[in-house]
Amino acid sequence: MMITVTVNGERHSHDVEPRLLLVHFLRDVVGLTGTHWGCDTSNCGACVVWLDDTPVKSCTALAVMADGRTVRTVEGLERDGELDPVQRGFMECHGLQCGFCTPGMMMTSRWLLDRNPDPSEEEIREALSGQLCRCTGYENIVRSVRWAAENPADDSTEASQEVSPS
Amino acid sequence: MTTIEERPAGDGAHGFGRIHRKEDPRFIRGQGNFVDDVQLPGMLHGAILRSPFAHARIVSIDTSAAEAHPRVRAVITGATLETLSLAWMPTLSNDVQAVLATDKVRYQGQEVAFVVADDRYAARDALELIDVDYEPLDPVVDARTAMDEGAPVVRDDIEGKTDNHIFDWEAGDRAATDAVFTEADVVVTEDMLYPRVHPAPMETCGTVASMDKVTGKLTVWSTTQAPHAHRTLYALVAGLPEHQIRIISPDIGGGFGNKVGIYPGYVLAVVGSIVTGKPVKWVEDRSENLMSTSFARDYHMRGEIAATRDGKILGVRVRVLADHGAFNGTAQPTKFPAGFFHVFTGSYDLQAAHCEVTGVYTNKAPGGVAYACSFRITEAVYLIERMVDVLAYELEMDQAELRMKNLLRPEQFPYTCATGWEYDSGDYPATLSLAMDMAGYQELREEQRAKRERGELMGIGISFFTEAVGAGPRKHMDILGLGMADGAELRIHPTGKAVLRLSVQTQGQGHETTFAQIVAQELGIPTADVEVVHGDTDQTPFGLGTYGSRSTPVSGAAAAMVTRKVRDRAKIVAAAMLEVDPSDLEWGHGTWGVRGDPKNAKTIAEIAMAAHSNLELPEGVEGHLDATCVYNPPNLTFPFGAYICVVDVDPATGEVDVRRFIAVDDCGVRINPMIVEGQVHGGLAEGIGMALMQGIAFDEDGNCLGASFMDYLVPTALECPSWELGETVTPSPHHPFGAKGIGESATVGSPAAVVNAVMDALKPLGVRHADMPLTPAQVWRAAQGRPLRTDLAIS
Repeated sequence: MMITVTVNGERHSHDVEPRLLLVHFLRDVVGLTGTHWGCDTSNCGACVVWLDDTPVKSCTALAVMADGRTVRTVEGLERDGELDPVQRGFMECHGLQCGFCTPGMMMTSRWLLDRNPDPSEEEIREALSGQLCRCTGYENIVRSVRWAAENPADDSTEASQEVSPS
Repeated sequence: MTTIEERPAGDGAHGFGRIHRKEDPRFIRGQGNFVDDVQLPGMLHGAILRSPFAHARIVSIDTSAAEAHPRVRAVITGATLETLSLAWMPTLSNDVQAVLATDKVRYQGQEVAFVVADDRYAARDALELIDVDYEPLDPVVDARTAMDEGAPVVRDDIEGKTDNHIFDWEAGDRAATDAVFTEADVVVTEDMLYPRVHPAPMETCGTVASMDKVTGKLTVWSTTQAPHAHRTLYALVAGLPEHQIRIISPDIGGGFGNKVGIYPGYVLAVVGSIVTGKPVKWVEDRSENLMSTSFARDYHMRGEIAATRDGKILGVRVRVLADHGAFNGTAQPTKFPAGFFHVFTGSYDLQAAHCEVTGVYTNKAPGGVAYACSFRITEAVYLIERMVDVLAYELEMDQAELRMKNLLRPEQFPYTCATGWEYDSGDYPATLSLAMDMAGYQELREEQRAKRERGELMGIGISFFTEAVGAGPRKHMDILGLGMADGAELRIHPTGKAVLRLSVQTQGQGHETTFAQIVAQELGIPTADVEVVHGDTDQTPFGLGTYGSRSTPVSGAAAAMVTRKVRDRAKIVAAAMLEVDPSDLEWGHGTWGVRGDPKNAKTIAEIAMAAHSNLELPEGVEGHLDATCVYNPPNLTFPFGAYICVVDVDPATGEVDVRRFIAVDDCGVRINPMIVEGQVHGGLAEGIGMALMQGIAFDEDGNCLGASFMDYLVPTALECPSWELGETVTPSPHHPFGAKGIGESATVGSPAAVVNAVMDALKPLGVRHADMPLTPAQVWRAAQGRPLRTDLAIS
């Protein structure tokens, strides 16, 4: 069936099978491979994207459910060439190793910070508890989110500076 | 959150020190390139039909309906593969494994047929159309009865095979150990299981294979930790010319040993591409990953420890029954069928030790050596650290005091242990003391005393581990005949920028950063000026890959040595530039200058340009600065550490709360402390997972009971405390820059600390041991004096 989904501000119209998973629509049809697939059972959260303003696990949502709605993926975190503080936080605090869970972690983190700009460590752990990471032991992910909370985008000139690895 | 003692170190921009990772900018933008991200023109998709039975004879396979599916391009069965002599492939332990089952299936989830279709959904649809007639057979599920008279024979494909025996192996001195035990005041025995677990990286395994029929070149994008070894194995298995095979290991979403071996799915993608003439992608789903790819552990151990009444440990004796599943596919150096398990003497000064290991076949998925185990050192550390606690229980001694009394002393290094390993360096008491200080050990014991009086269950667990990593010396260590030395190539461009080519492959360890730092440290150029190329056999020199914490000890050493070669070449060129004899030059971190005349010096960039110019060089000097090397390590390296875990156990529910975890690691010199700490954090979470949650059991029919993340629970952010890290630094004396490796230390060392803590909490209830995973049910049962066997779920 024909669906139109606005992904990161761009409209995409495609004829898709009704059973097509949203994660496969994004990866295979739209070609945005930043969203990863990890488990099929809604346990791992590697596939988290925003459907309208809510994080969903795109491996257990159908593409047709997104018809006429907006989706935001990791590729849509950066705005006008400027990294989201969450992205910067993950680099600053070594919040990623293999990078596979990272997009989902960052999407949920951004959602959390939009609703709770100053979350405690416990609140961050609770918010991310539906997502798995096998590399970091979560420590630096929590710190990354805290870094983002302490360095919001609209705060200072510092936030507009591009992060460089060195 | 974390206590780190800052050591004087560089900023990382010109060598060792903390620096952000070069890898991160692509990952945080969703621009990584994992195997499933690879899209090729005309690419088809493969899916595998798997056995629902643990043990069954295949009577017939009817693929006609699947072949008639309009979007199916090929259906491949074992019979198809037999015509290509590809139905069986060698394992990493010189056994064979079915690529697709021909005679019978030997574990639930075994590969039976392969469908290639236009898209992944059609491929899955077609699996439903294949009709397999199975004749179920009695399975061998319990390893402890695998050798019983009359047990079903798993491997009747092996000519003359009438039982399920794989190997017997021993290490140490049996007679000397028996003598020590005979004379000891105290001998304590404990049976313990290190249950079957699975590494479960976030990215499952997969392959995209593309055979170019015109050139004959096969390109394989694959989730592999060992691209070069895989290339050689593909050449040997398929009879393809090795120079026509290119293995690309792109970004890898975690490995932990899961991506060392070659799985049937990889071979099938290759066959699918050869048969269809199109690129074929195969990516397994999570259940396939958990049910059919390398599991880890599954060691049934009987440990015995002998000591004097005042707590001097004299000897250790171990008997192991090793469940290797249906095919012996363990990945370890050939001479060591039990991996490096015989480093089970641990961190203690023992008079004698002996172990016997028997490997058996069962109707379970193959594997055994995987999951950050450093070739079975996880099992060894768990064994010795549990035995020390069991001894402390019997002697009514404090666990820290007992360890302190028996730890090797700094002056004993290099130390040859009772089973033959030569430990390179260490100051164990200092490391344990630091961990105890950080934990506030005495205060914790006082708190525990008060809580026990109130009937509360609080436990403090210690694990002191010694690792043996960096395999390894070629003389002793090979995998399928491939010696475990690693190559490295360093190219210096005329402007002084560098490209380092490595055989090892990162799966999140940050090699693109740390190896650039090694070159920067050795050559005095900015870290940013070094590009690391890896994960592509056409672009990099041969080496055995990333596992067993070997990248820094072996390839890190290769990187340092090749950089030193470049430095030596640069010296000759600099001498020609400065018109002095090379012996008059001295190195100044990035410059060669005339001794005593510091202004008269040339930078590496200046020297590099000159090396490519028409500058006249001495007779026999070729010009350019590029160099290659192969590093053959003289010995393993021996990282170690002291871990302390503090838990509270709910007596009503058996739920364990890990309140604190203190980890002091000594991995020698740290290249990038930020990355080292990240490696430790991750390993500690894995340790909590193994100790408390993860475990794959089987029912009486051989059904795998850990086949999804609904059943196989791995830790989330809620189960993990905020880790408290510390460090000591004892450089390895034989590594070029004193590093020892860190990748697996925490996974190896931490499970014992968690289990020891839970057992310590249950001590007032008279509990001495219960097997992992210490789920609430298992803890509750243990508290009732009825701990479960965690490998079986027999109704």
